[in-house]
Amino acid sequence: MIGSRRLFFMFLSPLGERSGEGVRRPLTQPLPLAGERSLKGWLCVFLLLFTLPALAVEPSEILPDPALESRAREIGRSLRCVVCQNQSIDDSSAEVARDMRRAVRERLTAGDSDRDVFAFMVARYGDYVLLKPPFKAGTLVLWLGAPLVLLVAGAALLVAARRRRAQPIVPPKPLDEEERRRLDALLKG
Amino acid sequence: MVAELGHFALILALAVALVQGTLPLVGASRGDLRLMSLGRTAALTQAFLVLLSFGALTQAYVTSDFSVLNVVANSHSAKPLLYKISGVWGNHEGSMLLWALILALFGAAVAIFGNNLPDTLRSRVLAIQALIGVGFLAFLLFTSNPFERVFPAPPDGNGLNPLLQDPGLAFHPPLLYLGYVGFSVTYAFAVAALLEGRVDAAWARWVRPWALAAWCFLTLGIALGSWWAYYILGWGGFWFWDPVENASLMPWLAGTALLHSAIVVEKRDALKSWTVLLALLAFSLSLLGTFLVRSGVLTSVHAFAQDPARGMFILAFLLLVTGGGLALYAWRAPQLQGGGLFQPVSREGALILNNLLLCTLAATVLLGTLYPLFLDLLTGNKVSVGPPFFNATFVPLCAPLFAALCVGPFLGWKRAELGPALMRLRIALVVSLAAIVVAMTMIDSRSTLAALAFGFGVWLIVGSLASLSDRVRSGTLRTIPRSTLGMVISHASLGVVVLGSVATSSWNTELMQTMKPGDRVDFAGYSVLLERMDEVRGPNYIAERATLNVSVGGKPYTVLQPERRLFTVQRRQIAETAIQTNLLRDFYATLGEGDPRQGWVIRLYLNPLAPWIWLGAALCALGGFVSLSDRRLRIGAPSRKPVLQAAE
Repeated sequence: MIGSRRLFFMFLSPLGERSGEGVRRPLTQPLPLAGERSLKGWLCVFLLLFTLPALAVEPSEILPDPALESRAREIGRSLRCVVCQNQSIDDSSAEVARDMRRAVRERLTAGDSDRDVFAFMVARYGDYVLLKPPFKAGTLVLWLGAPLVLLVAGAALLVAARRRRAQPIVPPKPLDEEERRRLDALLKG
Repeated sequence: MVAELGHFALILALAVALVQGTLPLVGASRGDLRLMSLGRTAALTQAFLVLLSFGALTQAYVTSDFSVLNVVANSHSAKPLLYKISGVWGNHEGSMLLWALILALFGAAVAIFGNNLPDTLRSRVLAIQALIGVGFLAFLLFTSNPFERVFPAPPDGNGLNPLLQDPGLAFHPPLLYLGYVGFSVTYAFAVAALLEGRVDAAWARWVRPWALAAWCFLTLGIALGSWWAYYILGWGGFWFWDPVENASLMPWLAGTALLHSAIVVEKRDALKSWTVLLALLAFSLSLLGTFLVRSGVLTSVHAFAQDPARGMFILAFLLLVTGGGLALYAWRAPQLQGGGLFQPVSREGALILNNLLLCTLAATVLLGTLYPLFLDLLTGNKVSVGPPFFNATFVPLCAPLFAALCVGPFLGWKRAELGPALMRLRIALVVSLAAIVVAMTMIDSRSTLAALAFGFGVWLIVGSLASLSDRVRSGTLRTIPRSTLGMVISHASLGVVVLGSVATSSWNTELMQTMKPGDRVDFAGYSVLLERMDEVRGPNYIAERATLNVSVGGKPYTVLQPERRLFTVQRRQIAETAIQTNLLRDFYATLGEGDPRQGWVIRLYLNPLAPWIWLGAALCALGGFVSLSDRRLRIGAPSRKPVLQAAE
């Protein structure tokens, strides 16, 4: 999965150098009690070094009107964050998702209907942005596949039941010689 | 040295599995008892060898043997012991070894507990089980060897994905695999039955405990995964219709259908070929799930293997197992004559409806999961299928299923009347209608659908318990067969799950606020004070921790301490939510980004009935285990004779 060369590369990668203190030593040995400050220092270093994922919708984005905001949430849950794996823009911390959330709220504040907002997004990103794909030629199988299975199987069952009812009940075959012999042996034993 | 022993044991296990997968089959077709009895010994030997191999890898993890590549890539000396152990299966190679181990253990279990099986059937089942094992052992040895060494050994490892360093996720894979792999036994039974050309009540009774055990573990595994997602992902959701979740849901649905149709085979000697087909499908869907997750076709947290060679291997194996099983089915199934006749309105009819709906649900999930993939392959068009799609297709299909679920147990076998059954359910009907009205008027008047779903949850609980009312009245509750009791528990607990998921997703309260230490907010009748922010140090992470004092009416109520953990080795950040539950609702808090100047983003949720989702799921599995402990399955070797009794 990871070639050993790449592994070593990762292994020797810059964390230790950049933070200046070395990574593993303070981790394997607990810091002294007076380490409050150095811990803080650590956090600062990390916060600077790595962009930390934010948790989805942020307070600064929330619209003052709760009705509008709840519509924005409803829409946000149905729009895909186009750079993420299976995440809606409401669940994603990506930059793009943030921009899309803002765009949704801008459109809503400007008086657009939900449908307008979806149309606006589809115009920019295509059908791909909709987590519920539109019903059209390309998605026919997706939408109708399962109900079709239900209908066909249900119909087949009904037909079979009707046919069975029409047929006279055939009594089971009488035992043949071999079976009779075995049965006798069993009953005697 | 130990790693080499483990590697060697794995090679031996493959050799044993090859023997176990061939000779007993020959023996069964020739009637050679010596060859047939080889299956039992081989199954035990194989289990021992794979266990040895697994033990060797575990040893390497626990002692942090960084000369083993797999340990270097997935472990770290500073990791707590629990996660050193769970790290064994927290990566591609190790998890496949766990899979092979559970497979071999199930094989050994069949060998041990299968004394009442006819020799030919048992040796065939063991052989099929071994052939599946050959596939996985070869997969391990040729594409994913967990014992590969690295030279020179680095001083320390890369650590485990922090998302996986969690008690919930430590036990999620073993439980899930017990479920997935458990269906391999039903698959083996189905193939063996097709080879023998014989499916009867005794066969159904032999298969049922295995299907039931697999189903229970799968239920627990899915529930644990969902619980983990709930508290780790930090926005209070519990099911995301992620392909990985769907991959585990499909075999669960097929397995549930199988459990029900096997009853019909056992009691009424009908639905034989359909039940065999379901047994084949349940395991095929388990394999499909493994393929989807392991191949990296659908990238997500779980796809730690993104190597096309592996994907191709699993895909080929999947096609072989599924295609082989289905081809054999097409060839032999027409010989399986159904016996019992019945009217559409009857217990059999209700169980067929159950199967029809469960299979449609499974088809919905399958289509929704694979459609984007196929569309992309065939036309290059991209399409997204997410939660809104499943909410629009999957959820409505549950309504008829839930409606029928309570009625079925009141219908007699062969021929029944709907009217009397509904009469006995009148209290349940009234109570659930009342619940809908209450939900509409008192909780939320806007969401009719949520109220309706809530009513269904109540219907499931009361309607399932209603089947006990006769026994309560006649004072025979104590003598109730465990299988019936298990059914009532599982059915009712489904209602508990429905209530929990409806309430938490429709009626939750949420607040998002930027706060500095000393700030106070009012939230749903509680007053929440951010007392202080601390920096804390864990064994292998450092964290920011918020201390939130929650009070009601001036009295202190609880203290919540959500954290943001930074795993230093992987440089990844994980939100550690704080949840206070009283079993009726969760008070859920997460800590977001922030600094002392601007304050921190605090998220508060009040999730009504949220704990019921996992409580219900656990109860559901408990029902399965209760049913598994039924006398009928424990004692008395079922013999090959028609079962005339049609009780329960």
